[in-house]
Amino acid sequence: MLIKMKLNRRVNNLAPSGIRKFFDLVLGMKEVISLGVGEPDFVTPWKIREKAIFALEEGYTSYTSNKGLLSLRRALSRFLKRKYNLVYNPEKEILITAGVSEGLDLACRVLLEERERAIVSYPAYVAYPAVVSLAGGEILPLFCSDKDNFQIDLGQLEKLLVQKPKLIILNYPNNPTGISFTRSQLRELWSLLRRSDIYIVSDEIYDLISYDFPHTPFASLRGAKKHTIYLGGFSKNFAMTGFRLGFACGPEEIISAMTKIHSFTMLCAPIVSQIAASEALVSETEAHLMVREYRRRRDFIVKSLNELGLTTPMPQGAFYCFSSIKAARMESLEFASRLLYQKKVAVVPGEAFGAEYKNFVRISFASPLEELKTAISRIKDFLAAANKSR
Amino acid sequence: MDELLELLENNARISLEDLAKVTGRSQKEVASRIKKYEKKGIILKYKTLINKNKLREEKDKVLALIEVKITPQKDLGFDYIAERIYKFEEVKTCYLVSGTFDLLLVVEGKDIQTVANFVAEKLAPLNSVRGTTTHFLLKKYKEDGVIFEKTKGKRRLSIAY
Repeated sequence: MLIKMKLNRRVNNLAPSGIRKFFDLVLGMKEVISLGVGEPDFVTPWKIREKAIFALEEGYTSYTSNKGLLSLRRALSRFLKRKYNLVYNPEKEILITAGVSEGLDLACRVLLEERERAIVSYPAYVAYPAVVSLAGGEILPLFCSDKDNFQIDLGQLEKLLVQKPKLIILNYPNNPTGISFTRSQLRELWSLLRRSDIYIVSDEIYDLISYDFPHTPFASLRGAKKHTIYLGGFSKNFAMTGFRLGFACGPEEIISAMTKIHSFTMLCAPIVSQIAASEALVSETEAHLMVREYRRRRDFIVKSLNELGLTTPMPQGAFYCFSSIKAARMESLEFASRLLYQKKVAVVPGEAFGAEYKNFVRISFASPLEELKTAISRIKDFLAAANKSR
Repeated sequence: MDELLELLENNARISLEDLAKVTGRSQKEVASRIKKYEKKGIILKYKTLINKNKLREEKDKVLALIEVKITPQKDLGFDYIAERIYKFEEVKTCYLVSGTFDLLLVVEGKDIQTVANFVAEKLAPLNSVRGTTTHFLLKKYKEDGVIFEKTKGKRRLSIAY
């Protein structure tokens, strides 16, 4: 029998995920075609890996400054200027973190007081509600609906703003929907947000993986920079998930507060990863090649899913689509479990991203086209059998 | 380069249906484009890359890279003599290159002796050939962008948020 430990209340209250069991099931099963993965299927481009090997050979095995190697922060600052015309001072306004995950946690911890509110748009990546709760904040959910193509409902947002939230977490291109915002959509959003005193924590980890229009960082909107904590990273753009490296850019005061926590809890991001990342910033060629491949897969899978009656809005970025399973007439956990058992195809149940999304599953297309094809034909058989048995 | 060609270059067996889906064109349009490329000689043939190291019957075959120095001919340059050489069926590949020699050939034979005979009896005696250097191929690591030794194992967790 488990002895009841006296653990921290906030940790205890973190929703134990029913999804976890399903995940364990998938992880324990062999020869599954997985469309449930949240990372690229590409291995990190060789020139980046080679740089990491070289760093080790040269004996780069020490700590770096808390904020990260100045050379990397400078390179990043130049990259953001070149790419987005965004100007961040590499010495004061950039912090290198262990992935966006850490940056997100730090941002919530430095901004939120006990009971202060944070708007989280749903369906949401699982970490958002968790880091808000851990920081003692309260979540104001902003629900996006398939009827609006998972875009933000400004009317609903306006009502939430009345409750004086301290911050809003944005994520675009979005996990799990793949939906992103054009510059003019962002302007509209900002013109509403700027009327209240609110910080924008913008998770733009998938920025380079944008298909239909160029990505616009929130901080690049006129007047938005000093209210925005811009989180980005290397994991998805350069297929470097295991390097655990991201960055946070923002106003000096916020970045130094984040650095304070970071210096006690993380000290610094791993030096080998930092050196490898500086190589990633040299050229985007490999990133572009990967994006082109994702785009082909997206076109393939979205078309196929819609043909099967699983209505799927066209993702504009990232490598996920969020498909309605209403046609299958079962809830997402059941759908995912049965699909796994009967056809050995893994997808993530929509309820992992919010209890309201039991009619959806997240399908990742970060797998080779051949695998996607096999998966689609298995899903087709699965749906046919499910319909027959009714 | 047209995306269609890139896709075909990477996988000659990709179906019309898939080509249509991933490029956002109709199957009919894809088919007619491919026809056009074939007609124009842009698509020359559909090839399969085979790892012959794994085939017992092919294992003993040898490949040689042969450097050939030639004297270009008046009015004809290198093309005439190159044609004389590349028409031999033993010659699988023939490039004109800059540097210390002129033609680089890839020659295939069933054993070392066959290749040596080809050089001695067919290639070296040609009037315009001033000299040859033969390198027998020992091991293929990578060809046409494909690495021969498959890296093994999938490293990703099969599910994550």
